[in-house]
Amino acid sequence: MIELDNVAYSYGGDSLFADLSLQLQPGSFQFLTGPSGAGKTTLLKLCYGDLLATSGSVTLFGKDAATLTRDDVAMTRRRIGVVHQDCQFLDHLPLTENVALPLQVSGRTHEAEGNLTDLLAWVGLSRQADQTPPQLSGGERQRAALARAVITSPDVIIADEPTGNVDWEMSQRLLTLLIELNRMGKTVLIATHDLNLIRFAKSQVVANVLRIKGGRMETGVTL
Amino acid sequence: MQLWALLQGDRHADRAVPPTGFTARLTVFTAGAMAFLAVFALALSVATGRLADRWAAELAQTSTLRISAPVGEVDAQVTAALRVLETTPGVGSARSLTEEEERALLEPWFGPDLPVDSLRLPQLIEIVETGDGYDASGLRARLQAEVPGAVLDDHTRWRAPLIDAATRLRTLGWIALLLIGGAVAAMITLAAQSALSANAQVIRVMRLVGARDAYIARAFVRRFTLRAGAGALIGTALGLLAVALMPDGDTGGFLTGLGFSGTGWLLPLLIPPLAAAVAFFATRAAALRTLRSQA
Ligand SMILES: Nc1ncnc2c1ncn2[C@@H]1O[C@H](COP(=O)(O)OP(=O)(O)OP(=O)(O)O)[C@@H](O)[C@H]1O
Ligand SMILES: [Mg+2]
Repeated sequence: MIELDNVAYSYGGDSLFADLSLQLQPGSFQFLTGPSGAGKTTLLKLCYGDLLATSGSVTLFGKDAATLTRDDVAMTRRRIGVVHQDCQFLDHLPLTENVALPLQVSGRTHEAEGNLTDLLAWVGLSRQADQTPPQLSGGERQRAALARAVITSPDVIIADEPTGNVDWEMSQRLLTLLIELNRMGKTVLIATHDLNLIRFAKSQVVANVLRIKGGRMETGVTL
Repeated sequence: MQLWALLQGDRHADRAVPPTGFTARLTVFTAGAMAFLAVFALALSVATGRLADRWAAELAQTSTLRISAPVGEVDAQVTAALRVLETTPGVGSARSLTEEEERALLEPWFGPDLPVDSLRLPQLIEIVETGDGYDASGLRARLQAEVPGAVLDDHTRWRAPLIDAATRLRTLGWIALLLIGGAVAAMITLAAQSALSANAQVIRVMRLVGARDAYIARAFVRRFTLRAGAGALIGTALGLLAVALMPDGDTGGFLTGLGFSGTGWLLPLLIPPLAAAVAFFATRAAALRTLRSQA
């Protein structure tokens, strides 16, 4: 579905990484780890067309990312639910409308009704539904971001540190949601530092662990 | 982008872009002020056009020949003058006015009881011109030789430069309208651009969740189109009121003639939809250009 082949990326200076390859097979569950600043977020951005690789090829749903039109990029993003490390909300809108935004921009507003309530209950934000993102705690924002990422029931879910600010119990709860979605056939890629989270996932599902370090990618990492 | 869909609007797309009170008020004000000016430019064009047409028609119509001669010679001179006029190129017809017609002409000045009989009035000959008219100085020379008592009074001729001026003024009015339209487009573009850059983060979030450029642009386009339309509506209404309150006069004077007549009053009603259309295209161009330049 998403394929990076010998990809390099640089923000202008030296390459952050080079000759890096990654495949997201349909239905797979993968973790991406590595030290802070190694390029995890950057790599994820390549996967949803937010950045274009400096060299190498990125294939998104069978299409070369470099040749996508702006409308193609929009359509591609509708198939990928993303939890951004910095959340990215519309600060003037209440939580419900933020979470439903992906449905709204793709003209599927009618699907929001029941889904939204269930989803907010699952991530424990029913009470905060009418609050705006700046009024939420860091962990609440992350939970909202996860809800927004999965509301359209996308083929691929990419989560950048989705549990960075939440307690262990909530982390497990959020991960369980992602595992459930994976069982329903969704492809999941999670960037995290949290080894406990990876261990917990591995006890429930077949999960592959990738590590990016010093500009190289290790696959099948054992903890 | 369908206009109808635009007017109906998408509540969610509209809400996604936060309200910007300041640019909103500026846009409404600008559109209103420009519409107000447009009403006057339009009134100027319409009125000067009407004036030019009327003057031109009067000019084309007639001039008069006045014959003052000792009593016994009047008839002979009239006959001679008519003969000269018959053979003058550019003269369609010529006839002497009857006593009643002369009385009617003088009535406004001297009242109905004027004893025409006891006055020695000059005999008037009305000349109706054809095409571009006759050569006035040539005719004068011939009349001087053959009809010594004749004075050619081509009184409407002095209006020729005025007609030119009126026609020019009408053109200037139209140019002013075009400039006003251009200024509205420019100002709306600036306002839209400032709204777009103020909302860069909103646009980024919408792009990230899969919004297409057209969807994002629509929220801005709708906003500015409605604002410009509403502002122009107010400005047009005030402008029309001002024109309607202009002192009225039937003298055909230029200043009192500034205004609309009959169905002409419908013409300014085109201003608000035109302003909205200008805003629509200006904002859409600005939005799509800005969006394309962003990641
Ligand atoms: N927009 C940018 N411009 C320049 N450099 C950047 C930019 N974004 C990231 N970087 C640099 O690229 C490197 C990798 O950043 P990235 O966010 O991908 O790391 P990460 O692995 O996600 O780190 P963390 O675990 O802290 O989230 C960092 O050194 C960062 O400073
Ligand atoms: Mg990161």
